[in-house]
Amino acid sequence: MANMNMIQALNSAMDIMLGKDPSVVLMGEDIGYFGGVFRATEGLQRKYGEHRVIDTPIAEGGIVAVAIGMGVNGLRPVAEIQFADYIYPGFDQIVSELARIRYRSAGEFYAPVTIRTPCGGGIRGGQTHSQSPESIFTHVSGIKVVMPSNPSDAKGLLITCIEDDDPVVFFEPKRLYNGPFDGDPNKPAVPWSAHPKGQVDEGHYTVPLGKADIVRSGSAVSIICYGTMVFVAAAAAAAMNVDAEIIDLRSLVPLDVDTICTSVKKTGRCVIAHEATRFSGFGAEILSIIQEECFWCLEAPIQRVTGWDTPYPHAFEWEYFPGQARVAAALKAVMGPE
Amino acid sequence: MSMTNKSRLHLPKAPARPGEAPDFSYVELSPAGAVGRPDVTTRARDMLPFAVELVRVLDDRGAAVGPWNPHLETENLQVGLRHMLMTRLYDERMQRMQRAGKISFYIRSLGEEAVSVAQCMALRPADMLFPGYRNQGVHIARGIALVDMMCQLLSNTRDMCKGRQLPVMYHSKAGNIFSISGNLATQFPQAVGWAMAAAIKGEDHLAATWIGEGSSAEADFHHALLFASVYQAPVILNVVNNQWAISTFQGYAGGEQRSFAARGPGYGIAGIRVDGNDFLAVYAVTQWAAERARIGAGPTLIELVTYRVGAHSTSDDPSRYRAKNDHEHWPLGDPILRLKQHLIALGVWSDADHQALTADIEARVAASWKEATSFGTMNEGPRLDADLMFEDVFKEMPQHLKRQQALMRAERGPERGS
Repeated sequence: MANMNMIQALNSAMDIMLGKDPSVVLMGEDIGYFGGVFRATEGLQRKYGEHRVIDTPIAEGGIVAVAIGMGVNGLRPVAEIQFADYIYPGFDQIVSELARIRYRSAGEFYAPVTIRTPCGGGIRGGQTHSQSPESIFTHVSGIKVVMPSNPSDAKGLLITCIEDDDPVVFFEPKRLYNGPFDGDPNKPAVPWSAHPKGQVDEGHYTVPLGKADIVRSGSAVSIICYGTMVFVAAAAAAAMNVDAEIIDLRSLVPLDVDTICTSVKKTGRCVIAHEATRFSGFGAEILSIIQEECFWCLEAPIQRVTGWDTPYPHAFEWEYFPGQARVAAALKAVMGPE
Repeated sequence: MSMTNKSRLHLPKAPARPGEAPDFSYVELSPAGAVGRPDVTTRARDMLPFAVELVRVLDDRGAAVGPWNPHLETENLQVGLRHMLMTRLYDERMQRMQRAGKISFYIRSLGEEAVSVAQCMALRPADMLFPGYRNQGVHIARGIALVDMMCQLLSNTRDMCKGRQLPVMYHSKAGNIFSISGNLATQFPQAVGWAMAAAIKGEDHLAATWIGEGSSAEADFHHALLFASVYQAPVILNVVNNQWAISTFQGYAGGEQRSFAARGPGYGIAGIRVDGNDFLAVYAVTQWAAERARIGAGPTLIELVTYRVGAHSTSDDPSRYRAKNDHEHWPLGDPILRLKQHLIALGVWSDADHQALTADIEARVAASWKEATSFGTMNEGPRLDADLMFEDVFKEMPQHLKRQQALMRAERGPERGS
């Protein structure tokens, strides 16, 4: 085991896969010589060569399309889109092509592409470096969607995704790259070295897709969350002294419906939290499933905690961000009067 | 499949990385004055040589030579020098303010000032500009007040973007400068659309737009060229080839095999490659393209060959991927020093004049900063009302946003408005 932040854990996952499987190639803008703008691929081009860690033109549509072609020809590309906010030029290739190649060719062709992309706010990135577009992709049949919340999961999930023969969009909440963040920007930053999930196995291991992590067991309320919101939700519940069961989904597609429903049936109360905008957000899907599966066990209406339905504003980052106060308001609403 | 560190794939090589000697031998140069000036009605198919040669006017001694000399009045040259120097000193100060934690992010245009300033000066005020994020010179040349630009950087109570945009993403409705996007290349085909509308409406305004050579890899670049060609739109499409896209050398945008200007003839558009650090050459080529567009003779793709002397942004550290002090070896020199040398050669400028101008601009920049910060900074002074976050998502605020606005107010509690 070693101390790793999320960047180092992702780097370790790619390092191991490049070493283990000659069909794995990395590609993206600034990822080669420079090692990526967030340093996730640092040192990998030096170690594995320019033809396996490939710098690309600034053309996200091209990156995805070329990754598909490579995938169809036996490689296992891991493409980085520098910010999730830049993924849209690749949207047609992801939605119309990558997601459907297996289906439309009756399983005869497929492209095992993993698209890594940093998402989320909290870094003063303004409206084009802060987005959480995961639900745009969960709405597409044929794409797996993953978002880890800590280094240990990030490494195991990324290895699973690279080894998976289906395409995956792998979102990395960039505010969590360097440490768990509880939603209060005024507190000193906590490094991953101070957190158990910053202890990462240096070897090859996998974390399965479709298996949520019960971060904390509790009996009063289920908080279903993922990515940046895991630590915010935990901190809010702790501050209110609420015995919350906190579930980190880790993968959105496939979704661990059993863990969600078992928990909600036990607690009878549920808050769903994500950083992305509310309207048609992934929370709406979780909420619908709970309504279908757990309606007769519910003690209160399910609450959603989300970003507002506006672009992510530079000056109002913390008024926008669904911090502890928003989680607390939802917990109060769902717990009802004392 | 075997594990090998070799493959048949061609991987463009940066000419010099850290620890290596700077090498600009790949930059193909033409002597000043050597390239002819075609008639503005020349057919695109006959323009190919201009996409390969390099239009230059200022020679090594600071003399203006050859058919592209725009013969500008002394006063205009001095205005150009002033705008370029103001751009540079504004950049310098804002970079320092970012380092001091006063603004969250900044992008300088160091070494590329002639591109924005000379091009803007060669156009008319009613011509619409679709700049990228390294074109602050167009705002300065259009007379946008430094205070207004600084307030945008500060996201303060006078910010034209009402706190919504990352620093440097300015706009000016009155100045006919479109809102800058943080996403790359999107403005390129939008400028073509604006120009098509001007043609549809029967107006003789044109649109000009800028993109980095790195961003020219995006599909939007190709959409722009295609539509501009099909509809012969009155547009000037500028590729600012500053050699670097963050860490990625221009070879990775396709510049290794052919010039960016040569993308033009491929689409049936006149392409011209120009010395981007030569104020007179940039002015002259833009003037040519503007006249061509205005008389309906078609769009022009201009490649401005220049060098990104500084980092990509304040989030970047080029010492990790470029040879140290490489800009000192850049064969096209510095745009401000070259125009200064020209004015001195003409006998209408002196080092003392230059020093006085520098001091005057520095004082103006300092005074503007003082004024701008009085409207609030990131951490101190008056703040924009967070309610503004919900405005302008739509023309009229729908019910669900009104509800969220109320929730946000409740969440912020009594401290709100303090």
